[in-house]
Amino acid sequence: MSFSKIKFDKKIVLSFWIILIALIIAAPTILPVFRLNLLGRYLSLSIVALGVDLIWGYTGLLSLGQGIFFALGGYCAAMYLQITSSSEFPNNIPEFFALYGVEKLPFFWEPFRSPVFTFFAIWIIPALVAGLIGFLVFRNRIKGVYFSILTQASLLVFFNFFNGQQKLINGTNGLKTDVTQLFGQMVGSESMQRLFFWVTATLVIASWFFAKWVVKGRFGNILIGIRDDEPRVRFTGYNPVIFKTIIFSIAGGLAGISGALYTVQSGIVSPQFMTVPFSIEMVIWVAVGGRGTLLGAILGAVFINYAKSLVSEALPASWMFIQGGLFILVVTALPEGVLGWLQGDGPRNLLQRFGLKRKIETYPSLEINKKEGNNE
Amino acid sequence: MNNKDLLNLVDITVSFEGFLALNKLNLNLKKGELRAVIGPNGAGKTTFLDVITGKVKPTKGEVIFKGKSLVGRKEHKIARLGVGRKFQSPRIFENLTVKENLEISVTTPKSPLNLINKSIKDEQLNEIERLLKIVNLTKKVDSKAGSLSHGQKQWLEIAMLVGQKPDLMLVDEPVAGLTDEETDLTADLLKSLSGENTVVVIDHDMEFIRRLDSNVSVLNQGTVLCEGTMETIQKDKKVIDVYLGRPED
Repeated sequence: MSFSKIKFDKKIVLSFWIILIALIIAAPTILPVFRLNLLGRYLSLSIVALGVDLIWGYTGLLSLGQGIFFALGGYCAAMYLQITSSSEFPNNIPEFFALYGVEKLPFFWEPFRSPVFTFFAIWIIPALVAGLIGFLVFRNRIKGVYFSILTQASLLVFFNFFNGQQKLINGTNGLKTDVTQLFGQMVGSESMQRLFFWVTATLVIASWFFAKWVVKGRFGNILIGIRDDEPRVRFTGYNPVIFKTIIFSIAGGLAGISGALYTVQSGIVSPQFMTVPFSIEMVIWVAVGGRGTLLGAILGAVFINYAKSLVSEALPASWMFIQGGLFILVVTALPEGVLGWLQGDGPRNLLQRFGLKRKIETYPSLEINKKEGNNE
Repeated sequence: MNNKDLLNLVDITVSFEGFLALNKLNLNLKKGELRAVIGPNGAGKTTFLDVITGKVKPTKGEVIFKGKSLVGRKEHKIARLGVGRKFQSPRIFENLTVKENLEISVTTPKSPLNLINKSIKDEQLNEIERLLKIVNLTKKVDSKAGSLSHGQKQWLEIAMLVGQKPDLMLVDEPVAGLTDEETDLTADLLKSLSGENTVVVIDHDMEFIRRLDSNVSVLNQGTVLCEGTMETIQKDKKVIDVYLGRPED
């Protein structure tokens, strides 16, 4: 009995993956480039959402500053693209420098001439910054709402810094990537956008597996332990500071990858990536999708953003109300998020409410599993 | 101070903004000893545990454990040195299964790299099985800890404490909310643990303390009022005045 059940499950999983991979391969031919580009952007946002789920859903750290790491990844990618495409401009440096009379490339741009450096910088720099901020905060045992406020304050610091530095990184105008070149092609071109879509889809799946690997087993259990009762974890002999720093740093790295992918697909990186509402939106995607489910974070990010673009096209001013309403709905009615609700007792309770399913009077383990348990 | 002592508390004073939670408390524990600590509410019993485990830093005084001072060390370092603690209300990880809870406790070394890289060792799995048998939770191994009854939660936490293999076990009110039968079983369990381990039990329940059949320290107003066997304690006039004489709730 149990054998056939497992086989059946495996078949479902296998067909799910076949359909998913087929969709990813086919998407560029099915969807018009505009829609494909949007989907690619939303998929890249789902990577930062995965990071939020790791730190918030699993470890209980509500960060309102993920935009910092997202933007850092974006800037790393954009700096590389700008500098390698600047041979025709005065002094062989990106065009915008001429506007401010800068003739010499600022020193920190230099390493971004190297594609290898950039490849690593995109995720290591945000991860290091996150690790540093995290370590200082966690070591001082700053928790809960104070942690959230601190991350938001850091976000504002970074925003103001990047916004004001015209001579270093073009300030509020940001760095454009769509007219730069990569592999001899225009980054904004259709073929490159198709490539970016595939890269993004692959990285979303890879990040998902990575996140699953992180939370699987004892490491993930310690994260949950820290979320639910941090002092208890301490008294058992674990140092929560290290665990929190590691997971915050991982989330930072994921945010960096996400930001880089988003930048090349939207054509620009600017301090707008570090605005307060955007970082809060990241949290909303995860809350709506389902905290602590990983898949919920991906689905939340993609669907909410897709809904956002559809609604904004039809009724431009109404999106903010819908998003706010969605958040209130989730907080009040679906605290576990949509996926958490589906995985938990949500559907059963709903059916019970309409009298379509028998009420459980004792424990589910006694009443339901007795019938279903025979199969196992 | 004696070399056979596992723990010495020397003149411990803890002051919370002028209020003396502990006042020049002295207490020595021998290796393998089972010691009960009783005292009325506010006598400083929990603060006493907080000082040993590093949660509260004493204003004055010294805590010597296995010849090393514990004052100023972080909680997790003290735990790794071999001090385990069971909390007053059961503090287990309710969203994890019974097995996962025990895995957290028996795992060594407790470093992130070890946890993420390697799977749990066979001997640790055997240890978990042994613990499950002791506390009678073998059937519940894959249940969420949050779904256990109160008594089972207490026992799971005791099992987690034992799984940590501490040299010193600090047990805060292990029988609060347990049935009489469960209380008796818990007393037997703690007695069986002493000898190999050093156990400090804090409780209000006089029947339970009597059943432990150990030396008793009576705390009052942050200091040790009296020490000795249950019989000596019961005859001590000071103790009768502050504690035993009062009707129990």
